[in-house]
Amino acid sequence: MNYSMIRYTLGWLLLFEAAFFLVPLITAICYLESAAFGFLFVMLISCGVGVLFTYKKPKNTALYARDGFVIVALSWIVLSLFGALPFLFTGATSSFIDALFESVSGFTTTGSSIFTEVESLPKSINMWRCFTHWVGGMGVLVFIMAFLPLGGGHNMHIMRAESPGPSVSKLVPKVKNTAIILYTIYFVLTLIQFIALLISGMSVYDATATAFATAGTGGFGVHNDSMASASAAQQIIVTVFMLLFSLNFNSYYLVLRAKFKDAFNSEIKAFLIIVAVAITLTTFNIVGSSYAVENIWDALRHAAFSVASIISTTGFATLDFNLWPELSKTLLVLVMFIGACAGSTGGGIKVSRIIILVKGFLRELGMLISPKQVKKISVDKRPVEGEVVRSVNAYIACYILLFVASLLLVSFDSFDLVTNFTAVTATLNNIGPGLGAVGPTSNFSAFSPLSKLVLIFDMLAGRLELFPMLLLFSPATWKRKRA
Amino acid sequence: MKIIIVGCGKVGRSLAAKLNEEGHDVVVVDQNREKVTDVCNKYDILGVIGNGATREVQMEAGIDSADLLIAVTGSDELNLLSCVMAKKKGNCHTVARVKNPVYATDASYLRDELGLNMVINPEYAAAKEISSILSFPTAINIESFAKGRVELLTFKLPQASPLIGLSVKETVSKYKLKNKVLFCAVERAEEANIPHGDFMFAERDLISIIASPKSALDFFSKIDYRIQPVKNAIAVGRGNLVHYLCERLIGSGVNLTVIDDNEKECEELSVKYGEVKVVKATPSDKDTLMEEGIENSDAFISLTEQDEENILLSLFAAEKGTKKLVTKINKPEYDGIIQKLELGSLIYPASITTNMITRYIRAMSNTLGSNMEALYYIVKGKVEAAQFTVGEGSPISGVPLSSLKFKSGVLIAAILRGRSLIIPTGDAVINPHDSVIVVSKQQKLYDVSDVLAK
Repeated sequence: MNYSMIRYTLGWLLLFEAAFFLVPLITAICYLESAAFGFLFVMLISCGVGVLFTYKKPKNTALYARDGFVIVALSWIVLSLFGALPFLFTGATSSFIDALFESVSGFTTTGSSIFTEVESLPKSINMWRCFTHWVGGMGVLVFIMAFLPLGGGHNMHIMRAESPGPSVSKLVPKVKNTAIILYTIYFVLTLIQFIALLISGMSVYDATATAFATAGTGGFGVHNDSMASASAAQQIIVTVFMLLFSLNFNSYYLVLRAKFKDAFNSEIKAFLIIVAVAITLTTFNIVGSSYAVENIWDALRHAAFSVASIISTTGFATLDFNLWPELSKTLLVLVMFIGACAGSTGGGIKVSRIIILVKGFLRELGMLISPKQVKKISVDKRPVEGEVVRSVNAYIACYILLFVASLLLVSFDSFDLVTNFTAVTATLNNIGPGLGAVGPTSNFSAFSPLSKLVLIFDMLAGRLELFPMLLLFSPATWKRKRA
Repeated sequence: MKIIIVGCGKVGRSLAAKLNEEGHDVVVVDQNREKVTDVCNKYDILGVIGNGATREVQMEAGIDSADLLIAVTGSDELNLLSCVMAKKKGNCHTVARVKNPVYATDASYLRDELGLNMVINPEYAAAKEISSILSFPTAINIESFAKGRVELLTFKLPQASPLIGLSVKETVSKYKLKNKVLFCAVERAEEANIPHGDFMFAERDLISIIASPKSALDFFSKIDYRIQPVKNAIAVGRGNLVHYLCERLIGSGVNLTVIDDNEKECEELSVKYGEVKVVKATPSDKDTLMEEGIENSDAFISLTEQDEENILLSLFAAEKGTKKLVTKINKPEYDGIIQKLELGSLIYPASITTNMITRYIRAMSNTLGSNMEALYYIVKGKVEAAQFTVGEGSPISGVPLSSLKFKSGVLIAAILRGRSLIIPTGDAVINPHDSVIVVSKQQKLYDVSDVLAK
């Protein structure tokens, strides 16, 4: 294990985080909030630790797969720990676990909150909450890699550990240039959404925070009622952008290169079909006065918003879908598991994994009928290697185990099954709100510290595709000799 | 620059590593998925799986925006086809490796007729290098500039050499080397130095000098360090390299014995090169080696496919008193350990190709009025020796060298003016149209003006 390289990377991470604190700091100064001192203090701390850690440049810059996983997992933990400090120093909360929960929920773009009243929080704190979504959405280490010549060619291991999806590919030969392209797309899309929201009549502050929270598919709101008080036009804008941010960013690059056929791949097709079916069923299910929905168009708008919000793993809400009929609630819980496309900012199992799983299942059925049949799994006319299929299967097995273990631990808090089940679902898939006591109008503050720790782990594990977090806690990772 | 490399073998990998290090955008293409994944994990490059000669795969690798395609698969035909396809589709330069001796004679014809920019034959280049080392066995490495008028020689300072404990300045005045021999690089304990006047020589230093062949000979006899010319040599191994070596050594006054255990190969060699003695036996067979006179031979050349075997045989030959060793190394990864052993001159076929292509790329990307003519890597690639032609109005021309401000680790080692060679001192002046040889450490020179500090 290359410890000095880990230290060096973490140091740079903290220097970058110090720069991130500028955003809430400027907000605090604009609104003359005393929270500015809190942010300034945290900024100095992370800057100081960062300088200390980066003071000595490591001689050996080689990173292997194991180092990549450890760096990614540790970085996200350190990032969240320092990100939690403002909540404590500005007095937003006095509990460290709560502050950490909020920070992890932000960086992992989950959007589950422990705050009961967000409107009473300082504007700068709310801006920090939404900004952590934006930072976490695209992944922060790849961003750092883009600007630092750290480990030569070995940084592919880091990109692979941090990016969502079963297989990671570069767009152009250099990781650096790939990262620049992806971040540019991310930045431009966020900017377009911000401008659209401004035109629709939102205030600059609300539009900035909402654009950050949507881009990272996070879901922290600056209002107690999430997006319910927003105008219909604003809700539609957010719906569209939630869907746009849950598509594979590689496709945007392909569109820019005028390769429309390659861009519109089977994952995006499947994603859109799932979205369309879910929206249609929900619309007809909720129309009617009993659910505060006047006509079919309103029903369509709310259904589309909720489905987009859940499948993109954002977690905004326009209506309390906790009160909807069972079919709609079940549909929403099902799309929670599916999640967004690989290579997007969203969470969940990812559509591409579902495609591979379904194709693998169909292949197994075929093999039972005629055992000598040769059928290789392929997506978009490209073979899916056994290695990828194996890792998808391992991912699902791991996912289920982690889910069951978390559910058991959270159940000690004597909430009802729906609450516990959806609380774990919503955190492991980085969505935010669940159903029952953790529904869109409620929050996670009532859980015990142990449950909160379990959910914090789930959020990090979900964001980093399970394995980095599990490897971090596996003794074999820390053995000196390779097994 | 965007470069596509077709073929992920030894040469392809070594090229990918070097070109990535030089900052180019590299895409590798190979049919073997594992090889592509492996090389992409190691370096910051993109991989495409498929047949590099097909249009579809070339499009996926981005041929329309590529500047250069290098085809180095194991098959000459595939390499040529890849280049022809690339030429038709993209507006890029193409380089093909052609190693089969059957095509070797047609190399320039192939290049011109198929519109390729360069045809490289690593085995032929390696054979050329070996034959030049055998003609000057004192040096462990020889690179020549300007058709052999200037040589860059590397030698290991033997124990009890009179140079030990002398500084560069003292050596130059004691042996009257001023304007004749220039010490341009010294490698000691894995570290490369560009020596200044006060640099002291120590035992086992690897010293590189620049001189004309005659001055170099004089220098070595002055310091009592000369190895007798090679009269008889033993080579073990087979393949194209051995063919080319036989071809080059015939008529050079070296009696060559080739030992190999493949009957067909042996017969072919004996038919083609009647003057060469061919022995069919296992190369590692001790009795055969003794029988063929390893104890009296002047040189031993190990060229088998196994590095371990080459190393072992060379060490055995050294123990038996062979004066000059030449060892082929296929895997450069373990260079650090290999260099510590007394294996004489090391030949890395993959590096030879890489050097040739890097030189070509440097020349391609160069802009101003000067041109890179030659580029060699010495001291394990840590030091470069490059030859440039100086254009009109170049910032380094017209003023004495002592008044120019050079980057650190850069040395103007030689000036070639017409037919004369100048080993420069501070008051020398470079004229336009001169050719200069620049030795530099940790600098990537693309143009002669890059030597100046900004």
